[in-house]
Amino acid sequence: MIKFRGRVISKGYARGEALISKDPISFYGGVDPEKGIIIEKGHDIEGESIANKILIFPRGKGSTVGTYILYGLKIKNLAPKAIINIEAEPIIAVGAIISNIPMVDKVNTKIFDIIKDGDIIEVDGYRGVIKIFK
Amino acid sequence: MYLTSEEEKILEGEYGEGLKKAMEILVAIGKIYDADKLIPIASAHISGVSFYNIGEAGLNFLREFTRGLKVSVKSTLNPSGIDRDRWREMGINKEFVYKQKEIIRIFKDMGVDIILSCTPYLAGNKPEKGVHIAWSESSAVAYANSVLGAMTNRESGISALSASILGKTPNYGMHIKEERRPTIRVKVKVDIRDESGFGVLGYILSNKINDEIPWIEGLRNIDLNKLKILSASIATYTGLSIFHIPGVTAEWRDFERPVEVVEIDEKDFKDGYEYLRDSFKKVDLIWLGCPHASLDELKKIFNLLRDKKVKTNLWITTSKVVWKKAMELGIIRGIEDSGAKVFSDTCIAVSPLKNRFRNMVTNSAKGCYYARGLNRFKVKVMSLEKCIETALKGYVDT
Repeated sequence: MIKFRGRVISKGYARGEALISKDPISFYGGVDPEKGIIIEKGHDIEGESIANKILIFPRGKGSTVGTYILYGLKIKNLAPKAIINIEAEPIIAVGAIISNIPMVDKVNTKIFDIIKDGDIIEVDGYRGVIKIFK
Repeated sequence: MYLTSEEEKILEGEYGEGLKKAMEILVAIGKIYDADKLIPIASAHISGVSFYNIGEAGLNFLREFTRGLKVSVKSTLNPSGIDRDRWREMGINKEFVYKQKEIIRIFKDMGVDIILSCTPYLAGNKPEKGVHIAWSESSAVAYANSVLGAMTNRESGISALSASILGKTPNYGMHIKEERRPTIRVKVKVDIRDESGFGVLGYILSNKINDEIPWIEGLRNIDLNKLKILSASIATYTGLSIFHIPGVTAEWRDFERPVEVVEIDEKDFKDGYEYLRDSFKKVDLIWLGCPHASLDELKKIFNLLRDKKVKTNLWITTSKVVWKKAMELGIIRGIEDSGAKVFSDTCIAVSPLKNRFRNMVTNSAKGCYYARGLNRFKVKVMSLEKCIETALKGYVDT
């Protein structure tokens, strides 16, 4: 088991499959709000579903309406189970808080080399600890 | 970030789930930006009101989040997607109106002053220099920081809402005097002819100053309307929350003139106007009042339209406060005798008008940006006088 530490942004606990993106994500315009699929042209996880994944990406971008899109996905059970960012910004952070999605940031960028899509990960959003089982 | 024991209690949920969420939001933002503490605010201004923008998800959120909560400081509201009284004349469907009115009611029940305007400073919420506030609506943020010298970060609708409930905001960024310091000297080498050029200047700056805070020299005949249009455009195109103009804005004496210089010349303005000039001749909408028209602008429009008839749609948007004053003075009736419309509570950019209009003319560079967005209009920017001329002709020559 490998362990990373980060900073707690939104409290909660989740365990699930990892999905990794090296590109920033805009939930407004970049994610299909009805399907939970990345639709931004040329995005490195274009076409992938973020529903119920542990979503790992550098940071959010784009319009603050993205906060509501994340909340809408949660209501439809299409939101990620947890979010891990390198640097949190308010659009995603506030979206995670109002949607009760655990979120941790300020993790070492090595996480991108170690975790692979589909790995089982645990996010302890009370202590800011990420565990990777493989 | 330091929290008082009272703030800790709120965060632990001792005062209920709603206040807890609001506190979690402010604390998260404070952490992200390394704020040292929360500070009290004099007012909040809340965006994210139009159903066209926030959609069903936003409405659901507001229903749940605000249950039983009240604002604790003076709080005002941004424009909605409709004129509450005249939405039929705007051609908005009833289903939209129903949802929009529910959103407005939610805010009203919380104690928000539903001015439904992007110019709170012209509608009863005008903070003084040095006062801390938490405003969303980027044009009002830039105006409040720069022209009034009040202190606010560029809040989102939700962070401003949280601040309105708790009466506090994290202390970072624009709340720290030193972070408001101008860092680049912009020399405008052109005599800007009219207010549309002040909007174009905002666009030009986005290609010139790269997140630096501008100290802008060479601007003449500045008035409130030009500052309003400049604030809106700078916020839209550069993302900045503050600018300084020597002799004009609130804090220019408080700082040294920056050393680094950038010049703006005729070519820059030519390119800027070009960027804000899509190709079309026939015009089906002229929009004035972005940001919301002041009483002076309405008077000017009234005088230009006297005894004339428009040949296409001329829509003017303003706050209810200004609309009522203009109504009492006979200005609204005078303008509408020409066939033009003066709507309040709303804004073309957040109103569901896609496919209703295609080719729009306005004097606001910010208006161009957002009309091109959700509503997919083609746009041209020109002075208020030229906009009125165009309304009387129904088409543009170039």
